[in-house]
Amino acid sequence: MTQSNTLLPNLYTTMKRIRTFEERVGELFIKGETAGTMLHLSIGEELGPTCLGAAMQKQDTFTTHHRGHGIFIARGGDPKKMMAEIAGKKDGYCKGKGGSMHIADMKLGHLGANAIVGGGIPTVVGAGLSSKYLEEDKVSVAFFGDGAMQQGILYESMNMASLWKLPVVFCCINNQYGMGTKIDNAAGLKDFSKRAASFGLNTLHIDDLDIENAYVKSKEIIDKARKFEPGFIEVECYRFFGHARMDKSPYRSEEEEIKMRKSDPISYASNQMLKNKIMNEDEIKKINEKISIEMDEAMDFAINSPLNNQKEIFTDVYDEREPLPISVEERINKILS
Amino acid sequence: MSDLNKNYYEKITFRDALRLAIHDSMQKDEKIIVMGEDVAAYGGAYGATKDLLKLFGPKRIIDTPISEAAIVGASMGAALTGLRPIAELMYVDFFGMSMDQIANQLAKVRYMFGGQINAPMILRAQGGTGRSAGAQHSQSLETWIMHTPGLYLSIPYTPNDAYHLLRAALKINNPTIFIEHKLLYNTSGVLDKNNPDQIFGKAKIRKKGKDLSIISYSRMVNFAEKAAEELAKQKIDVEVVDLRTLNPLDRETIIESVNKTKRALVLSESCYTAGVPSEITSIIFEHCYTNLLKPVIRYTAEDTPAPVAPNLEENYIPTIEKIVEYSKKLCK
Ligand SMILES: Cc1ncc(C[n+]2csc(CCOP(=O)(O)OP(=O)(O)O)c2C)c(N)n1
Ligand SMILES: [Mg+2]
Repeated sequence: MTQSNTLLPNLYTTMKRIRTFEERVGELFIKGETAGTMLHLSIGEELGPTCLGAAMQKQDTFTTHHRGHGIFIARGGDPKKMMAEIAGKKDGYCKGKGGSMHIADMKLGHLGANAIVGGGIPTVVGAGLSSKYLEEDKVSVAFFGDGAMQQGILYESMNMASLWKLPVVFCCINNQYGMGTKIDNAAGLKDFSKRAASFGLNTLHIDDLDIENAYVKSKEIIDKARKFEPGFIEVECYRFFGHARMDKSPYRSEEEEIKMRKSDPISYASNQMLKNKIMNEDEIKKINEKISIEMDEAMDFAINSPLNNQKEIFTDVYDEREPLPISVEERINKILS
Repeated sequence: MSDLNKNYYEKITFRDALRLAIHDSMQKDEKIIVMGEDVAAYGGAYGATKDLLKLFGPKRIIDTPISEAAIVGASMGAALTGLRPIAELMYVDFFGMSMDQIANQLAKVRYMFGGQINAPMILRAQGGTGRSAGAQHSQSLETWIMHTPGLYLSIPYTPNDAYHLLRAALKINNPTIFIEHKLLYNTSGVLDKNNPDQIFGKAKIRKKGKDLSIISYSRMVNFAEKAAEELAKQKIDVEVVDLRTLNPLDRETIIESVNKTKRALVLSESCYTAGVPSEITSIIFEHCYTNLLKPVIRYTAEDTPAPVAPNLEENYIPTIEKIVEYSKKLCK
C-alpha cells in the first residue's frame, strides 16, 4: 500500500483500539473488577485523539482530562498496564494509586491525566517553556473537554503560551456536555476558536468525520507550534454514553442520542475504506479480531494482576531518597507504649 | 420525595433531608437561590438537589459553567446585594480552584469593610473517601476552612442534623461552609422538623459513657458508634461526641466530657498533621490537663494523598478495629 493508502487504515486501527479498550473497561466494571465507578469512557470521541496522536512526534508530550484513555492509546500506551491501573492493581501504570482519572506514563511523554477540570492545562505551558529552553523540539499538547473552556486557568495559559511563543497546542474535545449540562447552558460564546484567536493562537475547528482531512489540518497546527506558533484545536464530537459508569443520561432525549450516535467516526472510516477500495470487509474484520484479542488479554491481565502491598500507601509521597511519612499507627503506638 | 410537607419522617436519607431543608427554606424565603455545577437538570452529582428545578424553575435553581472560582465569587456578590445563595461545589477538593474567593474574599469581606455588609450564603461541598475517587476527589479539607476566620463550618452526620444545620445556616447572616461526606447521602435516620436539637454550635452526645470520650464529626461518628458498641461488650463505656459544627466549636461539651471520662481519642478522616483533631487535642490539653489519665490520641487518615486502589483506600483512613484496639489500650 502507498502512504496515502496506509494512512486511513492506521487511523481506523487506532480508533478501533480505543473503542474496544473502552468497551472492555465497561466489561471490567460489570465484572466488579474496577477500582470504583469513576470511569469516563470516550466512546464516540475517538477521532480527535487519534488524528492528533498521529500528528504528534515521538518526543512530544501531553496532558489529558479525566476522559483521556483515547490519546494515551493513540500515543502508544500499553492497554495491559492501563487496564491494571483502572482495576487499581499493582501492575498498573501508577501502581493502582491513580486509577482511570490519574493515569500517566512519563516515558511516553504522558505528563498526566487529571481529575480537576482544567487542572492539566498549564502543565503544557511549562513543558513548552522547558522544550524551548532546552532546545528539545518537543511540542506539548493539552487535551481537555468543553467544560474546561469555562475555567479561568485556560485563559491564563493561552495568554502565556502566546506571549512567550511556546511550542504548545490546546486541544478541546467538545462532546457537547459537561456531565449533565449541555454546552448551550455553559458557554456564552460557543465559537471557541474565536476565544483562542483573540489570544493570538492559530486555530482549527474540526466538526466532521473525515479523519484524513482532520489529520492533515491538525498536523499543520502542530507543525506551526513546533516553530513557536502556539495553536488551538476544537474537535466536535458526541459522548455516546453516560458521563461515568453510573450515569444513564436522564437529562437528554433518546432521540438525540440515536441521532448523534449515527455520527460514528469508526463506521465512517470503515465505509470510506470500503468505498475507496482501500480494504475489503475481510481485511477489516481481521483487524477487528486482532484488536479484540489484544483487549481481552489486557482485561485478563488486569484481573490477574496482584493487589498492592499496604506499604504503598506511604511510598511516592516524597522522593524515594527521603524517609517515608510516619504512619498514624506508629505514632499512636509510640504514645501508648 | 412525594410527601414534602410532613413534619416527622421515621426514616429518611441524609440526601432527602438536605433536599427537604433546601426546599422548605426556599418556600419560606424567596431570596434563596441554588447555584452550582449540575444542580438543576442533573439534580446534583450526589442527588441533593434532585427535582428542585421542577419545583422552583431555572430562575432559582441555576446550573453554572464549570467555573468554581466564579461560582463562589458570584454567590458572594449576590449575597452582598440582596440574595441568599446556596452555592454548591461538587467536591471539597475544588476548594483548590475557589480558595481565593473563599478565603480572601468571602471570609474577609465583612471585616475588611468595617462591618458594613454581610455575605449571607451557604457553600455546600462534598468530601471524604470511600469511592476509590482518588487523590483529587477524596480529601477532607475542613481544616482549611476552620483555619480561616470569618467562615462558619457545619459538618453533619445524621439526616436530622443535615436538615436543621442547613436551615439554621440560612437564618444566620454569616457565610457558612457546609461539608457533606459522600458516603452519608444514602444513610438514613429520623427527621423531626420540629426538633432542631439545639443545633447551631452545640455538639451532640451520641452515646453517654464514663471511661473514654471519642470525639468526632461527620462519617467518623458512625465508626465511633460502632467501636463503642464493640467496646461495651468488653466492659469499656465510651462517650461518643459528635461536634456537628467546627465553627462555632462547642468547647464546653468537649471539656466537660473529657473531664468526666479522663481519656480522649479524637477521630477524623482528615490527615494527621495540623488537622482539626490537632486543635481539639490542644483544647483538651489546655483545659483537662490535671484530669487526664492518658495522653490524648488523634486517630486520623495518613499524612499522604488518598490512593485509588480499594484495598489501600480502606486502610488509609481509620478502621473500626483499630479504634477498638487503641481505646482498649487507653483504658488499660
Ligand atoms: C474543577 C472541577 N470541577 C468539577 C469537576 C466535576 N466534573 C468532573 S467531569 C465534569 C464534566 C467535565 O466536562 P468536560 O470538561 O466537557 O469533559 P467531559 O466529561 O465531557 O469529557 C465535571 C463537572 C471536576 N472534576 N473538576
Ligand atoms: Mg464535555
